[in-house]
Amino acid sequence: MSPIALAWQQFRLERKLFWRNPSAAFFSFVLPLVLLLLVASVYGGDDEQLEILIPGIAGLSIMATTFNAMAFNLTFLREQGILKRLRGTPMPTTSYLAGFLGSAVANAFVQVLVVVAIGHLLYDVSWPRDWIALVVFTAAGVAAFGSLGIALSHVIPNFDSAAAYVNAIFLPVMFVSGVFYSSESLPPALEAAAEALPLKHVVDGLSGAIVTGAGLQDNLGGLAVVGLWAGAGVVLAVRGFRWE
Amino acid sequence: MASPAIEVSDLHKSYGAVEAVRGVSFTVQRGEVFGLLGPNGAGKTTTVEILEGYRERSGGEARVLGSDPAAGARELKQRVGIVLQSSGFYPRLTVHEAVAHVAKAYPSPRDPADTISMVGLSESADTRANRLSGGQQRRLDLALALVGDPELVFLDEPTTGFDPAARRTAWDVVRTLRELGKTVLLTTHYLDEAQALADRVAIVKDGQIVAEGAPDSLTPASAGYRVSYESQGRRVEHQTEDPTDLLHRLTGDALARGERLHALEVARPTLEEIYLELTAEDDR
Repeated sequence: MSPIALAWQQFRLERKLFWRNPSAAFFSFVLPLVLLLLVASVYGGDDEQLEILIPGIAGLSIMATTFNAMAFNLTFLREQGILKRLRGTPMPTTSYLAGFLGSAVANAFVQVLVVVAIGHLLYDVSWPRDWIALVVFTAAGVAAFGSLGIALSHVIPNFDSAAAYVNAIFLPVMFVSGVFYSSESLPPALEAAAEALPLKHVVDGLSGAIVTGAGLQDNLGGLAVVGLWAGAGVVLAVRGFRWE
Repeated sequence: MASPAIEVSDLHKSYGAVEAVRGVSFTVQRGEVFGLLGPNGAGKTTTVEILEGYRERSGGEARVLGSDPAAGARELKQRVGIVLQSSGFYPRLTVHEAVAHVAKAYPSPRDPADTISMVGLSESADTRANRLSGGQQRRLDLALALVGDPELVFLDEPTTGFDPAARRTAWDVVRTLRELGKTVLLTTHYLDEAQALADRVAIVKDGQIVAEGAPDSLTPASAGYRVSYESQGRRVEHQTEDPTDLLHRLTGDALARGERLHALEVARPTLEEIYLELTAEDDR
């Protein structure tokens, strides 16, 4: 089989594995949607709040499907010796990684679309005004959070402690980054932290794409911050990579 | 004439200040079952993992099927099957799904169902890996290593933790591999396993090979025979390279004194005795 066909086989396997793993499917797929429905019910019909929440949950979903998933999965695959075993087969490394990463990318894009659709159909938030900006910010978020998740897996000592490592980062970042409410209402120190981290900028970019119609040119600064995190993430992900 | 399946000369591997492999040399011919026998921590797994391409050697030469395993070439991996020391594959795949997936990476794989049947897992083909017993997981490892129809198979402690029945199955698989003309490099710390399976055995201790040969010809460098008898209620023992001379002298002396040599025995040490002697910890 060609390397591309093998990548496709690996991708299909990853899809199968994703749906067979209840906790992975729950945390990266169901949980953001549950949060969306719960928080939206608190906001009632407040359009302004909903227009913060929909791009917020979309951004959160990108982080959950890439950062959290990569950190969990790689820790598990390493601990179980699955990466080592695959390394001993003629499966090209690029094919394996393409299938493995491709599955996470697919999760992120599907999840963003589901959130956008729920926002429109249930809460009357408009369809995205700028699809290109939506794709660009989703892709940038995937690159940053995916690579940072891989990098985090290098320092997680075992699968039992993975949840602690992941949530110690995921939960605070979620709360400061304007997922449920505008981060402008935060104390200045937390707002400054949010400005330095990638999630707020992903959310702002998605907000521009979905709600305000502010194009890419209005969010170039935010895109640059996400891009810097992605660059740092890729360097750390590649440098620390271990197969066992 | 084909080159040897494995050629290792003066192999070294250090982890920081610790030297795990200290000048190991051996050759495995094609079609041969070669056993690396030794206690835990002797350096067997490190040696095998260098040959599998998982570790870089610190010194010496290694050729596997004519190539340098450190290069990690896909062409070499297509011809090699690996059973690692630890089990484990995707726990949520069934046996058949796992074997079929791995088969796709090889140019001319064995039929997955046949491979599963070869290792005795047919009845569990649709069972997910996380529901298999330890012995069944190990059989799955074996199936994953064999489905590519490799010329050379590495088996790193393939039966550790097996119940006797699973052990027999694994042994049968190794014998089948030999009949198919495959080359097998096996590590084990079970002496009977090496004796039962290997054409040649190298005993590894502290990162070095301390004895090598066919299981029944393996003798320590020192005395090859042990001659013993009872005299005045005590057992007298002699070690010798050549028992002919010694027996002639002992029996001659006994006859001259008009005595009998009670319970006279001439024995070659068993492989077990050699193994224990060679791998015994130095308590001095």
